[in-house]
Amino acid sequence: MNIFMESTTSIVQIKGIRDGLLATFEEASWEVQRAALMVQINERSAFFQGARLALDVGTQVLKVNDLVELRDWLSDQTITLWAVVSESPTTETTAQLLGLATRISKPRPEEVRPVHEAVSSDTALFVSKTVRSGTRIEYPGTIVIFGDVNPGAEIVAEGNVIVWGRVRGMIHAGAKGDRSAFICALDLSANQLRIAEESSAMLKPQKDPKPEIASINDEGKLQAELWHTGETIIRK
Amino acid sequence: MTAQVITVTSGKGGVGKTTAVANLATSLAMDGKKVVCIDGDIGLRNLDVVMGLENRIVYDIVDVIEGRCKLKQAMIRDKHFTDMYLIPAAQTRDKNAVSPSDMVRLCNDLRADTDFVIIDSPAGIERGFRNAIAAADSVLVVTNPEVSAVRDADRVVGILEAEEKGNPSLIINRLNPTLVKNNDMLSAEDVLDLLGIRLIGIVPEDENVIIGSNRGAPVVTDGKSRAGQAFRNIAKRLQGEDVPFMDLAPQSGLWNTIQRLAGRK
Repeated sequence: MNIFMESTTSIVQIKGIRDGLLATFEEASWEVQRAALMVQINERSAFFQGARLALDVGTQVLKVNDLVELRDWLSDQTITLWAVVSESPTTETTAQLLGLATRISKPRPEEVRPVHEAVSSDTALFVSKTVRSGTRIEYPGTIVIFGDVNPGAEIVAEGNVIVWGRVRGMIHAGAKGDRSAFICALDLSANQLRIAEESSAMLKPQKDPKPEIASINDEGKLQAELWHTGETIIRK
Repeated sequence: MTAQVITVTSGKGGVGKTTAVANLATSLAMDGKKVVCIDGDIGLRNLDVVMGLENRIVYDIVDVIEGRCKLKQAMIRDKHFTDMYLIPAAQTRDKNAVSPSDMVRLCNDLRADTDFVIIDSPAGIERGFRNAIAAADSVLVVTNPEVSAVRDADRVVGILEAEEKGNPSLIINRLNPTLVKNNDMLSAEDVLDLLGIRLIGIVPEDENVIIGSNRGAPVVTDGKSRAGQAFRNIAKRLQGEDVPFMDLAPQSGLWNTIQRLAGRK
């Protein structure tokens, strides 16, 4: 146990940031990282009293249960877990589902950038459930959703957004400025659509919804039109 | 007996969570079940008022958790049903006085000799809500046919899915069939369409509900009230019975108008 305790300080680093405390971890399994964090908190409980804690878990893939368990434990120690920063889309989605922030004001160190750049426009995040109010999904490539996007949900993709379902929330495609991005859905009655810097006002819910595709037209306006089979819209 | 722990929640406030808890618990007690209600709204308690037990409170849930009394001492017996109890919330503390694991422990202690434990969740999605759903075997989401209430319910359903709490069931409360008919209110279909969860009951708007809440006599004890009937049906469904949904189509005609004016429809 003693050897383990000594090693914990090297596995987890705690530092102060503008929004509270940030814990970063060395490469290890989640069990080891979590145990190291708990040891640190137990040892310096006075320091952590009432703290707002953010975690940077790197590439660690975390499921809902992992985070819920830790959050409940932290809340018992009067520590609020408010953000989980991760390079893994799964972990980010988990954090978003739990209503945790996935970005903190501290800019991400430059060396993680290549991970994002490595995502080409052909790489897609597949979400096979309805995206409910309060959930925000961000991805540096294309997002494909098999389900609805409900009012109050936000989808932000650097590439395209394809929804096999109804869209009633906010969708932003080409979020980094790609004006050739498109949004398509079986029913596009979104309360707001954005492509690059263009945004559309509310689209009228249709009585008899038909698949539609929204893109930026030749006049530079965001426009939604009915989907016609056989028409090629994917440029590049 | 192994109790079923049911949490009633909504996200938005004022949609009728507390009323639903009082009515469902009373219905279950009328069916001869042993029921314990827990008021999870620590700091803003009001289930005791709706159940008419306000002046009988000696100990509350925080006293149990902090060990100042035994669980049995905090269980207030109902005035009419001997097998129905309330564990009231503390009015002078806040949500942080209870942790999710405290709620799990408390409910596990109740499971052995109870049929139903019904937890009234506070509004919101913060600590109090987390406490209320921690021990739940199943969750009832209450919403009104209003855009804002439905959106909050959607958020709550999303969190429940993320917490892997199983599929929640939906109660649509305060539906006004006349307004729906005139397209002035979301219909039950609109709400279900958006939330996509199982419907367990639709409760029509009924002023007897408010009268009952203020008197501390839940509306299910009023045999003629339509809302009371709707809550009794939900209670039957909770016990696994297959009860057909009530016909809520607005009734016209002179006799119905008179009845409506008399507050019976």
